[in-house]
Amino acid sequence: MSLWKKLICLGRRKSPWLFHMNSGSCNGCDIELIAGLTPRYDAEQLGVKLETSPRHADIICISGPVTHTALEAVKTVYGQVPNPKAVVAIGSCPASTNVFIDSRVLAGPLDKHIPVDVYVPGCPPRPDAILQGVAKAAQILAKRADAKKAIEVTETQQTNEPAEVQAQ
Amino acid sequence: MNLSTILFRFLVFPGLLFSVPAAWFYLWVERKAMARMQLRIGPPFMQPFFDFLKLLGKEVPERPGFSGFLMKLWPILSVAAAVGACGLLPVIQSGAGFNGDLILLLSLLEVPSMFLIAAGFSSRSMWGQIGSAREATMNVAYNIVFLMAIIGIAVSQHTFSVQSLAQSHGSILRWIAVLAILACLPAKLHMNPFSLTNAEQEIYAGPTTEYVGAELAMFELAHGLEWVGATGLLAVLIAPAIANPFAAAAVFVALSLLVVLVLTGIAAGTARLAIDSSVRFYGQCALILIVIGVSSALLMRIKL
Repeated sequence: MSLWKKLICLGRRKSPWLFHMNSGSCNGCDIELIAGLTPRYDAEQLGVKLETSPRHADIICISGPVTHTALEAVKTVYGQVPNPKAVVAIGSCPASTNVFIDSRVLAGPLDKHIPVDVYVPGCPPRPDAILQGVAKAAQILAKRADAKKAIEVTETQQTNEPAEVQAQ
Repeated sequence: MNLSTILFRFLVFPGLLFSVPAAWFYLWVERKAMARMQLRIGPPFMQPFFDFLKLLGKEVPERPGFSGFLMKLWPILSVAAAVGACGLLPVIQSGAGFNGDLILLLSLLEVPSMFLIAAGFSSRSMWGQIGSAREATMNVAYNIVFLMAIIGIAVSQHTFSVQSLAQSHGSILRWIAVLAILACLPAKLHMNPFSLTNAEQEIYAGPTTEYVGAELAMFELAHGLEWVGATGLLAVLIAPAIANPFAAAAVFVALSLLVVLVLTGIAAGTARLAIDSSVRFYGQCALILIVIGVSSALLMRIKL
């Protein structure tokens, strides 16, 4: 690996910019993610910035069980984030649809539609668990060698080895 | 001003070789100071540099047509203009500079903001266009005060050379103008309470909403260079004349950082104002201050 690539990988590990997306969540996970940015947890120590445009982001944090209404938006936002990118599923809802399982308004779980890199289980997960998940996603981003190759979004796609964060 | 002096000023100090690392450093100081004021720990050292590196490694989607070309052009031109503005600052008192370089310096400081407006409209994003319209409005509002403040100093000293302005003795008039320039800097640098242009949670990322990867990296760098240029202009105006070049450079950097800290303090203590309140602030409060300044400068000139 050349020095230039090493430097860029270092940058990817050190500066994960998040885009937060709610796909029909109850807001429980959303406020826990925001709590991670407050002075008590201070995500900026890890170089984390909550970006408002998906074009600027590296990591998409998706909460909620993916309703039919939100499905197209999830796919659009996933396409708008430039490569290399990683997806963090926040809470139990995107991982398993949680208590809403078998509901007819749901298109979830999330990994039926886009590849998920890190699952942070919990209902809701603690802010420190979310930050640990973001840090893991940043490491996955840095290791992603074929970073510039586009990943096709198909109907049923799983990532190779999704990491899981232990709830604390 | 011979060729080697020009090359040294634009490529080494305070031009490219100094201003680019300084831009990252000032951005880090701003973020770190903001974090400390909010009782956070804040980003690690070199964070803006890592952001820049990471953005260079991102994929940029193909954009057809002339607007795609323009979207690649604006960020690079912004960086070039901002480096030029930094290079014109007379930090080292070596007789460099020419009469009228104040006008060139002011226009080069203004160019990144103009290109940001153009960039928002070129991206054809609704949010980008709203951000650009806001930037254009703010530009008109604060630039009247900003330019009148500098013209006030220049008229009282009978010169349009930055070097002579920096070396001339300060009067009470100089401090009125410095205050007015300080009031304009938050709007120029998109800081609270005048951060309407890139108002997050409101219009996504403003003019840069559609910009990706290397283009965004260049805009971030141009923003950092604007920090260096704008705070540097203020530092040059308030710095005492020092013959030793190293001491002059150190005083310049220290004063610039002081201005950065003051601006960060203002930003941390205020919330974003609406567009009408912002324009009213510059149209009424700041303009009164500067009309007093300029008219007294003209009166001084008649007396002389």
